[in-house]
Amino acid sequence: MAEHTEHSHGTMASLMIGFALAAILTIIPFYLVMGEVDMTANAKIGWIMGLGAVQIIVHLVFFLHVNKNVEEGWTLTATIFSVVILGIVLAGSMWVMHNMNENMMPAHEMEQQIEQMRSLQSQEG
Amino acid sequence: MASEHGQPADTFSPIFGRFTLDWIPIHEPILIGTFAGVALGGLLFLALMTYFKLWGPLWSKWVVSIDHKKIGIMYMVLGFIMMVRGFADALMMRAQQAVAAGGSEGWLPPHHYDQVFTAHGVIMIFFVAMPFVTGVMNYVMPLQIGARDVAFPFLNNFSFWMTVSGALLINVSLFVGEFARVGWLAFPPLSGSSYSTGPGMDYYLWALQIAGVGTTLSGINLIATIFKMRAPGMKLFDMPIFTWTALVTNVLIVAAFPVLTATLAMLTLDRYMDFRFFTNDFGGNAMMYVNLIWIWGHPEVYILIIPCFGIISEIVSTFSGKPIFGYRTMVWATACIMVLSFVVWLHHFFTMGSGASVNTFFGITTMIIAVPTGVKIFNWLFTMYKGRVRLELPMLWVIGFLVTFTIGGMTGVMLAIPPVDFQLHNTLFLIAHFHNVIIGGVVFAIIAGVVYWWPKAFGFKLDEKWGRQAFWGWFIGFYVAFMPLYALGLMGVTRRMNMYPDAGWQPYFIVAAIGALIILYGIACTFICFFVSILNRKELACGGDPWDARTLEWATQSPPAPYNFPQEIHVVGREAFWQMKKEKYAFSTEYTSIHMPKSTATGVVLSALAFIFGFAMVWYIWWLAIVMLVAMIGVGIAHTFNYNRDYYIPADEVRQSEAKGTLA
Repeated sequence: MAEHTEHSHGTMASLMIGFALAAILTIIPFYLVMGEVDMTANAKIGWIMGLGAVQIIVHLVFFLHVNKNVEEGWTLTATIFSVVILGIVLAGSMWVMHNMNENMMPAHEMEQQIEQMRSLQSQEG
Repeated sequence: MASEHGQPADTFSPIFGRFTLDWIPIHEPILIGTFAGVALGGLLFLALMTYFKLWGPLWSKWVVSIDHKKIGIMYMVLGFIMMVRGFADALMMRAQQAVAAGGSEGWLPPHHYDQVFTAHGVIMIFFVAMPFVTGVMNYVMPLQIGARDVAFPFLNNFSFWMTVSGALLINVSLFVGEFARVGWLAFPPLSGSSYSTGPGMDYYLWALQIAGVGTTLSGINLIATIFKMRAPGMKLFDMPIFTWTALVTNVLIVAAFPVLTATLAMLTLDRYMDFRFFTNDFGGNAMMYVNLIWIWGHPEVYILIIPCFGIISEIVSTFSGKPIFGYRTMVWATACIMVLSFVVWLHHFFTMGSGASVNTFFGITTMIIAVPTGVKIFNWLFTMYKGRVRLELPMLWVIGFLVTFTIGGMTGVMLAIPPVDFQLHNTLFLIAHFHNVIIGGVVFAIIAGVVYWWPKAFGFKLDEKWGRQAFWGWFIGFYVAFMPLYALGLMGVTRRMNMYPDAGWQPYFIVAAIGALIILYGIACTFICFFVSILNRKELACGGDPWDARTLEWATQSPPAPYNFPQEIHVVGREAFWQMKKEKYAFSTEYTSIHMPKSTATGVVLSALAFIFGFAMVWYIWWLAIVMLVAMIGVGIAHTFNYNRDYYIPADEVRQSEAKGTLA
């Protein structure tokens, strides 16, 4: 298994940096939820998802040692390909489903309008 | 499947789950007839196997073999057997639609008819086309890159048997219970628990999930093989085009199949545990299923066709006596299709109502994806241009492919225009289109590949006369069967109709049925061709290089020894075998012993357990499912303690088998 030597298992320093980053990225979302931060629910979800995405990158770089040298760069290429496909699938699905909702669910829109009116009324009241 | 009485009552017992004897379709004459036929054929097969004492060899030389060549051949056998089953379904549909006009109900009741068209689609895609492409890749690709086997030989055997388990589960549904009545992609809410009661839909789910494990693992396996096991000196841009297409296909498999697995898993949760992913109420969204399944489904059609592009490239180049025209554009066109195939999925449901902006985007991407495909067509034409084209059997299929596939591609571009699609969505025009690209594309190319590589696998050519009969049967039959469907589609006839009021449509359906019979003649000739050729194998025997080929798989014996190549080949540049022939290369006679992986029964045992697990889940026999799951994990862990995994073929044995020459 001569090829095994080219796999880097990372230095202690890089592992510790990764650990610290992973910990911080975990603590923030917990704080956002448990600390009852003054933020809309959607914003919170956005932050948590965003930090989750960063967390994935941290894991890939520090723990799975994805960089442009491993396997002559194929690991990085494969990772980028996966991310691109994932991006297409997620963004595409959301776009498609959002448009479908807008066009095909007038009842849903009405509900929203009713809710908006209610909230306006309650603010006024 | 009691059509007149509806389904058997919903009962549950702790031992047999919801299975009762009422689920055995004894009041269905068609099924009983089929069962009798299958049982008789099966008994005859068992008797012959026993009489000729073939059980031992079958087990030790094939079933437990982890040789990529044998697994490849077994995939092809699976594909051809399931093709017969799927084609029987097709004939039933054609026969029904040929008579069920103008008030006549025909002879297939809706309950049965709906199962037939679902089974036809599922079988043809998952258990015919997929085994075909996986089989050809398995057999040819390692030889083309000068490897001894695939990267993970045991995994390869396991993948194959998982596919077989899925296929068996579908066939069992014919005689035990029923199959799904939902169309091949099983859109909810129809496929949800409220509208699809009974075990049919669950057969669908577990058959596809079990086979899907095999497909995904084999994808990973073949990617690893291409990246890690190429002969020394073979750079990526030295690989034969077929190997390139195999790489792209397997990347697509690995990227797309998890989407199918996840989508079907969610539907399974909906059906088994009352989840609400795809229900109409409680926040579920059935359209999300359609969206997700097509995110897998569109790459899937490219998974089927891309290796076929590779087969065509190899044959065109060999029989034109020229290197492939535009090697690099071929590779880049394939790579473009790989990425683009992920951004066109919505063209399968333009009519669902995402609006003009979304439809425009996906309409345009669909038209764009036709460009790299067109590049390929022109590359093949330019390869033939000024070449010395030999119109032998494989080339005949290739010409049939080029003509038919191009027509299918053009009707596809028509369907890519959203306003046109609104007229043609779910009509027989669509059916004609995708059969045009799948029969004219995948099937023609696969049979071309079979004819081309048959001498490689067995050392003799296929019979020319019957081979030509088979081609003309398929070719003419296809046009007679599907051109009327284009016309009917333009008249607005929808797909999956059990009967129709307008007797004016009937002549078209009758012509289509005649076309199906002509295809039947083609299929029969295909099998006769195999049979006759095997009988006359002595006369048809050919050397190791019957076609004057150019790529590395022909550099070794036909059929190849288990170790493929007696020595490592150092490749310089493309068309390695062509260069070896020019340099009059010969293998050194100083042989060394060769390190080989050992056969194992773990794959077939695990798959058998998976089959019983699937069956138990379908019928809610929970105790059996749990036992099987635990057993699978147990066998899997036990296999990791098996250290007796390899052996050496002694140098003497290599010398002996090489001394036989190319078996000319």
